[in-house]
Amino acid sequence: MNVPIPASKWRVSDEMTAATKSSKTTESSSNIEGLTGDAAIARALKQCDIDVLSAYPITPQTIIVEDYQRFFADGEVKTKVIPVESEHSAMSACIGASAAGARVATTSASAGLALMWEVLYCASGLRLPIVLAVANRALSAPINIHNDWSDSYGARDSGFIQMYCQSCQEAYDTTIMSFKIAENHSVLLPAMVCIDGFILSHNVEHVELLPDEVVRDFIGIRDPAQVLDPDKPITIGPICFTDYYFEVKEQQDRAMKEVFRVYKEVESEFEKISGRSYGIYETYRTKDADIVLLTHSSPAGTAKAVVDALRDRGERVGLLRLKLFRPFPAAEIGKELASAKAVAVFEKCLSFGAAANPLALEVRTALYEQPKRPLVTDFVIGLGGRDVPPTVIVEGYNKTKQYLEKGKAPFYETLGVRK
Amino acid sequence: MALDFSKGIIEVRWHGRGGQGVVTSNQMMGKAALSEGNYIQAFPEFGPERTGAPVKAFLRISKSPIQLYAQIYQPNIVICIDPTLIDVMDVSEGLKKDGTLVLNTQMTPEETRKKLGLKTGKVVTVDAKAIAMQILGRPFYNMPTLAAAVKTTGAVKFETVINEVVSRYPGKVGELNKTAMERAASEAKVG
Repeated sequence: MNVPIPASKWRVSDEMTAATKSSKTTESSSNIEGLTGDAAIARALKQCDIDVLSAYPITPQTIIVEDYQRFFADGEVKTKVIPVESEHSAMSACIGASAAGARVATTSASAGLALMWEVLYCASGLRLPIVLAVANRALSAPINIHNDWSDSYGARDSGFIQMYCQSCQEAYDTTIMSFKIAENHSVLLPAMVCIDGFILSHNVEHVELLPDEVVRDFIGIRDPAQVLDPDKPITIGPICFTDYYFEVKEQQDRAMKEVFRVYKEVESEFEKISGRSYGIYETYRTKDADIVLLTHSSPAGTAKAVVDALRDRGERVGLLRLKLFRPFPAAEIGKELASAKAVAVFEKCLSFGAAANPLALEVRTALYEQPKRPLVTDFVIGLGGRDVPPTVIVEGYNKTKQYLEKGKAPFYETLGVRK
Repeated sequence: MALDFSKGIIEVRWHGRGGQGVVTSNQMMGKAALSEGNYIQAFPEFGPERTGAPVKAFLRISKSPIQLYAQIYQPNIVICIDPTLIDVMDVSEGLKKDGTLVLNTQMTPEETRKKLGLKTGKVVTVDAKAIAMQILGRPFYNMPTLAAAVKTTGAVKFETVINEVVSRYPGKVGELNKTAMERAASEAKVG
């Protein structure tokens, strides 16, 4: 039974792609639907014409896989869908398929992502452009299925690109772009597309879908740098000890730095077909701001509403919303924030015993080289799905203002929690 | 001066019990608003999904993209589809002074105001239970209550919601719901 099947046998052939393409061209050019974040990502994956989707189908899985299985059952996709017995196996199956040249995706969250841990490093070390959609959720114990960023922040050193989305529209758009970024030969790294679990994954929003053929033309067919092919056997991921392991890691790090350029290139192309772009980070009313709030995902949206309300009251406040967390755009952000008096970081992760928490650590490092360093405050919010109302962001803003007057702030603190 | 975080947004909060269709009717109202060219957010309160437990769902409707991602604490509209909930919780909590409370109950708006101690805004009552039992033959209160809410608040057009319901449930189920919703819209009492 272990006869290897060459990629050409099960891969969606060019002819089949072309046939689907011609049958779809009569459809309308733009299409607005009410979709949850999960549904939006599932639709993007469907349009990206992926060859293999392997996933563990049970909690903490997302509805992305449920939707995709339905597309498969209804014959709407030619993808090989492989349900497996664990997330560890899901990523392993993705690695095998991606090494054979397939375009591959999977999705997970929380404990599922944690179980993938070991294999995440294999995906990046083998330079396989697998797309992993993550609906960010807390880690046990106590058991919790709700949103925070502990899962993907924990995997921040795994060599995956990490992109965090604020809206369902951005989740759809980013999923499409992620293949083109990951598969670029200057990059060749796996990518996580992250959305806030429940807050976005189960939230129906206005999503404008692109026509199938536009997406297909945009991302094209994957052009693998090398493939596992029984006719031309190669070995990938062999033992590599003291002689070359370090060099491989050096190359991985260099590839990660290429992401800034490739992301911008891919996004400017994407903007031409969609009219939408997000940037590796976004600034919102930061010009002349004394205090800049800094966060990503859904709290960044809420922070925009807070900035608007505070600006109405005459406060000089703005927001920097991060999109790329890996690689972290330290140089650009450092410059962007250099003129602020203080930066208030809001993050949904607690790094027990650390000097500060993952996002603030990056921000403080980015600012260290600036001649006039702003004060940095770090607020841990919304763990385990605790709601983050605008008032929590306002509280962080007010505290930052007070610390600014004193000229001193704690390394970090928690907000919105019983103490 | 209190800070206003939701300028230009209509905020709706639903109350019901697990299994009564709070999430579905919230999405239905949201999709109707979407098809009228609005931006929306329709999401449930994220808790354990237990049949019979009190649940909430939230809807934001706006002419421009919505940035705010949080639950709704000061709604313009509260819709409560379970008549027993008002005995165990304050469904009108945070309701804006000019807001509307829509309740599935046999009480009149006056009786409801008295019971809840609610002096401001608009109170809408509808006996969705009676309507559902007579027309649908089963205790599906959500669609008739939705109809009363839409008719009396104008947050979305009544016809758009009916279209959503009929297209989501084609055939007899959709038609029966439509009949129940039309009756609820005409029987809703405002006070």
